[in-house]
Amino acid sequence: MADRTAIEVRDLTVAYRDKPVLWDVDLDLPAGVLMAIVGPNGAGKTTLIKSILGLVTPAAGQILVNGAAYDVQRRSVAYVPQRGSVDWDFPTSVLDVVMMGLYGRLGWLRRPGKAERETARHALSKVGMADFADRQISQLSGGQQQRVFLARALAQNASIYLMDEPFQGVDATTERAIVQLLQELRSQGSTVAVVHHDLQTVPEYFDWVLLLNVRRVAAGPVHEVFTEENLRATYGGRVPYLREAALEPPAAPFRLERAAGSE
Amino acid sequence: MNLSFPIELDFTLRTVALGAAILGIVSGTLGTYAVLRGHSLLGDAISHAALPGIAIAFLLTGIRSPFVLVLGASVAGWVGALLVLAVTKRTRVPYDASLGLVLSVFFGFGMVLLTFIQRMPSGNQAGLNNFLFGQAAALLPRDVIVMSALGVLALITTLVLWKELKLLAFDREFGSAIGLPMRAIDVVLTTLLVVAIVIGLQTVGVILMSAILIAPAAAARQWSDRLGTIVVLAALFGATAGVTGALISAATPLLPTGPTIVLCAGAIMLISLFFAPQRGLVAQGVKNRRNRKNLRELGVLEDLYTLARQHKNPLHPHQAVVLRTMTSGPESVAPGLVGLEKRGWVRSAGRDSWALTPEGYVAADLEFAKWNMDPAAGAER
Repeated sequence: MADRTAIEVRDLTVAYRDKPVLWDVDLDLPAGVLMAIVGPNGAGKTTLIKSILGLVTPAAGQILVNGAAYDVQRRSVAYVPQRGSVDWDFPTSVLDVVMMGLYGRLGWLRRPGKAERETARHALSKVGMADFADRQISQLSGGQQQRVFLARALAQNASIYLMDEPFQGVDATTERAIVQLLQELRSQGSTVAVVHHDLQTVPEYFDWVLLLNVRRVAAGPVHEVFTEENLRATYGGRVPYLREAALEPPAAPFRLERAAGSE
Repeated sequence: MNLSFPIELDFTLRTVALGAAILGIVSGTLGTYAVLRGHSLLGDAISHAALPGIAIAFLLTGIRSPFVLVLGASVAGWVGALLVLAVTKRTRVPYDASLGLVLSVFFGFGMVLLTFIQRMPSGNQAGLNNFLFGQAAALLPRDVIVMSALGVLALITTLVLWKELKLLAFDREFGSAIGLPMRAIDVVLTTLLVVAIVIGLQTVGVILMSAILIAPAAAARQWSDRLGTIVVLAALFGATAGVTGALISAATPLLPTGPTIVLCAGAIMLISLFFAPQRGLVAQGVKNRRNRKNLRELGVLEDLYTLARQHKNPLHPHQAVVLRTMTSGPESVAPGLVGLEKRGWVRSAGRDSWALTPEGYVAADLEFAKWNMDPAAGAER
């Protein structure tokens, strides 16, 4: 399992108009790791995820998912878009949104039925939202919206999860719950790649990291590549919000303090 | 206005009512998707863009058959819609500007052609001017047959693509990621919008057609939070506005149909805006008032609770004057106390003194204990 490559990116270049967003990016993401994608605004983090999902047409390069093109490996990839990418006043229920994760395999003409509702409810219970199934999505808080999106991805029952800022705008308790879920997915053998903004929590939450700023600065196990030097290269000298502590391997007391202080 | 409809609708009125009902149902249904996607004005561009199509179809064939004219309208409307999308995608012209451009340029071209047709010997009888503001009375059974056929086709397609259209409207990118051909579905939806518009063109006219797409859908959204219910309601509202407006205009000489139908739709929209149970302005106002009243009372309760906790006997009365010094809104103390008394949480002890009741003390404890037993912290809420 450890030797298998979940996602392979070769020489990926993406440009919007004449401005390159990703330049010659390579990545070999082994199966079964939990990877953070970090980098400044405009570094191409979202674009990388969208390229893997075939939502963006690259100018050059190649992407393989489980050794094959995304088109044939679609079912093994689940996607959590940014929470702000949809209109949460849309007239639909929580259960409906989660069932959208199953539309791909349902095929034309078929409506979601009992089995799909069952799957969706199960996914909702995994994110602690079982009681919200029949709620209108307009009544959810930001953290709840995020968990609904997570549940939709879980319903896809994939082996690779691509998540765009799942911690954006959620409170500390929800963040812990989400991290726990991600680590659970990894321990079940899934591969998870997460666009992440809080550098401090990278060593604590993740075991792999991709440092990205249009070009790939570094990628690998956190304890190898999450160094001050690489971070400076990524953020152009000024490393935001970074304390020395974050560069050390996670210390247990620090973690507990954070968790206790956040409630 | 003196309107009297015969109990037995005559043949013309029946044709008019049927046509208006069909156009209302189809526009309401497809307008819902346009409104939910924030593409309401795409309909406006399409309907205006249809005008030169009608004129060209007439110029080419020389016949005023509904089938030919609808075909011309469809092609031109479709080209207009594609042009809007292409301009937005390929150039730096923003979406609303490209809508405005397509709308006005196509419409201007249509008006020029229409003037030209008027000067032709056969032009005056063509009645193409009716396409500007609509003329329901001119509807013939063969028009209604074409409208019904197109309408049924559009509704069936909507039903077949129900979950795909829902995903398109809610989260298009996710749909692409899981492998649904969202671009093709988008083209289908735009085509259905064109169909809905050409169905209504003869009755409502190109200028006001978009109102029949937007108003019933926006009104329906006020009443429900479920897509299915909203679509059905929008269809119902559209049909109601269509039939009412068409019958009024058919019974009144020289009253153009389009504006009359739009006024009916506007009335439905206005009623929904004010009186819908959850989203209506009246309901919202009542809710806001209730919230403000509740907050005011809780503020007074909190201050009284603070005093009570500083006193040996928590149920000891305190003077309202003291309460007034504790808040930035002293004028809310008196009505707050009256409200709390109604809840049975405080009682008057005479001479403007007030005491917590045991129930009031328990309620305050429940409400403010979560703020670390420090009632003052509750003020942040």
